[in-house]
Amino acid sequence: MAPERIAAPERGSPTPAEPAGARGSGQRAVPAVRGRSPAAPPALPEAMSERVLNRPAAVFLGCLAATALGVAVCSLLPAGAPLRLDGYVVSLLGKYLCFALLALSIDLIWGYLGILSLGHGAFFGLGAYVSGMHLMREIGGRGVYGNPELPDFMVFLNWERLPWYWRGSDNMLFTCLLVALVPGLAAFAFGRPAFRSRVSGVYFSIITQAVTFALMLAFFRNEMGFGGNNGLTDFKSLLGVSLQSDYMITGLFCASALALGLAFILCRVIVASRLGRVFVAVRDAESRARFIGYRVENVKLAAFVFSAVLAGLAGALYVPQVGIVNPGVFAPLFSVEMVVCVALGGRGRLYGAVLGALVVNIAKTFFTTALPDVWLFFLGALFVVVTLLLPDGLAGIPDRLGGRLRALRAKSGVEI
Amino acid sequence: MPGFPALLLFLSLLCPARAGGLSLSPEALDSLRSAKVADREPALRELGDDPSDAAAELLEALCAGDLYVRRDNGDLLILRPGADEATLVPGGGRMPFADRSLLRKVGISNSRRTAVTAVLNRRLLRHADADVRRGAVESLRDDAAADKELLLSLLQNERDGRIRARLEQLLALLCVRDAAASRDELLRAAAVLGGASLPHAAQALANLKGHKDPLVAEAVDKALYRLRVTADRAAMLETLFFGLSLGSVLVLTSIGLAVTFGVMGVINMAHGELVMLGAYTVWGMQQLLPGRPGVALLLAVPASFLVAGSAGALLERSVIRHLYGRPLETLLATFGISLILQQAVRTLISPMNRAVESPAFMSGMLHITDNFSLTCNRVYILAFCLGVFALIYATMHKTRLGLEVRAVAQNRPIAEALGIDASRVDTLTFALGSGVAGMAGAALSQLTNVGPNLGQSYIVDSFMVVVFGGVGNLHGTLCGGLILGLANKLLEPASGAMLAKIILLTALILFMQVKPKGLFPERGRAAEN
Repeated sequence: MAPERIAAPERGSPTPAEPAGARGSGQRAVPAVRGRSPAAPPALPEAMSERVLNRPAAVFLGCLAATALGVAVCSLLPAGAPLRLDGYVVSLLGKYLCFALLALSIDLIWGYLGILSLGHGAFFGLGAYVSGMHLMREIGGRGVYGNPELPDFMVFLNWERLPWYWRGSDNMLFTCLLVALVPGLAAFAFGRPAFRSRVSGVYFSIITQAVTFALMLAFFRNEMGFGGNNGLTDFKSLLGVSLQSDYMITGLFCASALALGLAFILCRVIVASRLGRVFVAVRDAESRARFIGYRVENVKLAAFVFSAVLAGLAGALYVPQVGIVNPGVFAPLFSVEMVVCVALGGRGRLYGAVLGALVVNIAKTFFTTALPDVWLFFLGALFVVVTLLLPDGLAGIPDRLGGRLRALRAKSGVEI
Repeated sequence: MPGFPALLLFLSLLCPARAGGLSLSPEALDSLRSAKVADREPALRELGDDPSDAAAELLEALCAGDLYVRRDNGDLLILRPGADEATLVPGGGRMPFADRSLLRKVGISNSRRTAVTAVLNRRLLRHADADVRRGAVESLRDDAAADKELLLSLLQNERDGRIRARLEQLLALLCVRDAAASRDELLRAAAVLGGASLPHAAQALANLKGHKDPLVAEAVDKALYRLRVTADRAAMLETLFFGLSLGSVLVLTSIGLAVTFGVMGVINMAHGELVMLGAYTVWGMQQLLPGRPGVALLLAVPASFLVAGSAGALLERSVIRHLYGRPLETLLATFGISLILQQAVRTLISPMNRAVESPAFMSGMLHITDNFSLTCNRVYILAFCLGVFALIYATMHKTRLGLEVRAVAQNRPIAEALGIDASRVDTLTFALGSGVAGMAGAALSQLTNVGPNLGQSYIVDSFMVVVFGGVGNLHGTLCGGLILGLANKLLEPASGAMLAKIILLTALILFMQVKPKGLFPERGRAAEN
């Protein structure tokens, strides 16, 4: 079965569908399914029975494992050794991996289901706050006020006791459970009515942005009990090991790499399975998938919840490496930035999202330290250039070149 | 006698009426020249007894701190701030005088100033002009020393109905405070005060609560109830007004979006930055016309339309045109443009907020009743919002361009087949929506800070308003914006500003999950694709 993309008009699109191939001529006759350029080769593999570890996936996992191992070894070298990596660099790399995981979770629903969430930072933030709460409790009596029970900001606000939702946050296992549960439940609570009433396309994007905006406003409030404007910070240790120690830094980095690798494999398993086929069917022709008998809303909800859990996991790993979590993670800009990472890397490829997240965040680190004024210009230009010129992202460049090469070869063959 | 008017004119030139005819004893003059404020008594006594206008002017100058004594020769003179002509005291002769270093201010103690002000005010109570009289009577409200005899004599001579009502209320207040008042007097006073808007009425009545006479107690309760109802009503009206005002801001910022997003289907995340451009246009115009903020503001309204409109046209031609039919990509690209515009303003102008002046006609209050007054700038912006809405509505429904826009939105190929240049219509529509955003920015510059982040704070709200109202129609945006503004302000007293916003956003999110098409969903065939 050839992976023909069915040209169906997108909901809300003002133009009826026309055959592909009009792109670039400035016309708007674009089938516009999930907004990809129709001229680009579909990112689908050839056959129904796709291998989970196809070549790009294997290459990606190999690269990830090699890099993680290398960094881990270099970071544990004795101080002064030529190849030794500073703790700061390792933490920074770990942070990039967390962003990569978040981008991966966005790609799963955007690239394969066509759901563009502009509020995935919300789930990332929820996971981050759950993990931050645990780290906060672990400070114990070592805080500025030395209160063994209450975090510093609560003492400062004259709170008598912990609010109920802080209960159990001192337990590591319970926290791990919550890291998955809180974003998952939030995604379920939001996604179920949204997908049931068939909120889709741009509307879904705008509403998700409103959700993360509302959460940001809420977390700014001191009364919420999450440290308000300052957020949760000043962490000391995790599982009794200081967050500043080399072993902890390396351990967290390895955990992030492991989480990213496992999440990638899980996503590949889903995408390569029958469910993955349904994803793509829903993305390309939602009505047809529904008429054939698939419960489109359930498919979308399942993917959305799973993606939110991944985002929450990324947030939870992010906090101990960065040392702070504040309402900024709920800022709409952060979420959109992650989306543009995915767009830059290339949608519907999974490894593309990781690549994009790494490139964008390395660029961000460079610009915000070296040329802070240029960063927003760069980011803004990136948005425009990627959407206008690189609809398949960086990961799509080899495919495009390959396609052009093949076309060239075919042409010359005909001529000869 | 033809010479008589000429003689009068001559005389009046000789001794100007303003400070003429004032005669003060040497003792009084010395008391004014004294460096000690406590020495003024003799002068104040004499001036208080003097009914002439000149005495009033001298007292008024003394209170305002415009009376000076010359250090060299001890002359007393009145020198108004900014004036270069002084009036001599006594005598009233005018002379040019600019060297203030020769002068020493004649001071007055605060307690005497209050007393003198009261004396001056009392003179105005019998002024010929009814407006001046009303002002004087109204400033009597806090003057607890206002004596009954004076009020009664004023009431006798007064013909103006509003002043009479005020005088009666003041009398009633005195009566309620008077322990010796009879039952009938109290009953009448309570009835009058129940409809009064005197700040002290409620307090004075509350002191009488539980009066030993049951009839009086009942009347007092009734009056207090009436007062509370009036106050509540005023508070309610105020909340409604603030709600409408916030709603008008929301409508203004989202009406351009209703055109670009609602009618064209283009997601323009840079909409907020177009609003910002409009606000900066006002600032720029005021830089060009320093000292004339009113003219600058009026000129800035069309200018902001042009600036933001051409920015929009450029945006459409360069970016959005290539992304039609790919809404999610449009969203990302325009988001990028919004970042670039923000940073451009930060780099080129300043990362700090810019100060935009409010012209005189925008500041000030409109007093509707004593309890209820409106701020002028909000009234103007409400009117401006309705005007802009009417303009856009008329453009969309009464002009050729509007007809073409709607035709292209409904069925592009057929519209093109009928000879409409669809791509030109796209550009014009987008420029129109962007221009309206710029005008919104011009209005916002009078309400909020003008800074690089101005647009950011409105973008989520604007999209919510358009989606809430229903994409594809303008009246939905008007209703949606006003409803959201009202709801926000009605919630605010109970929950606080931040929480009100969160509650509203949550409610909106829930609403859209139930009714994704908004308040006024599009119907018919156009809505299906």
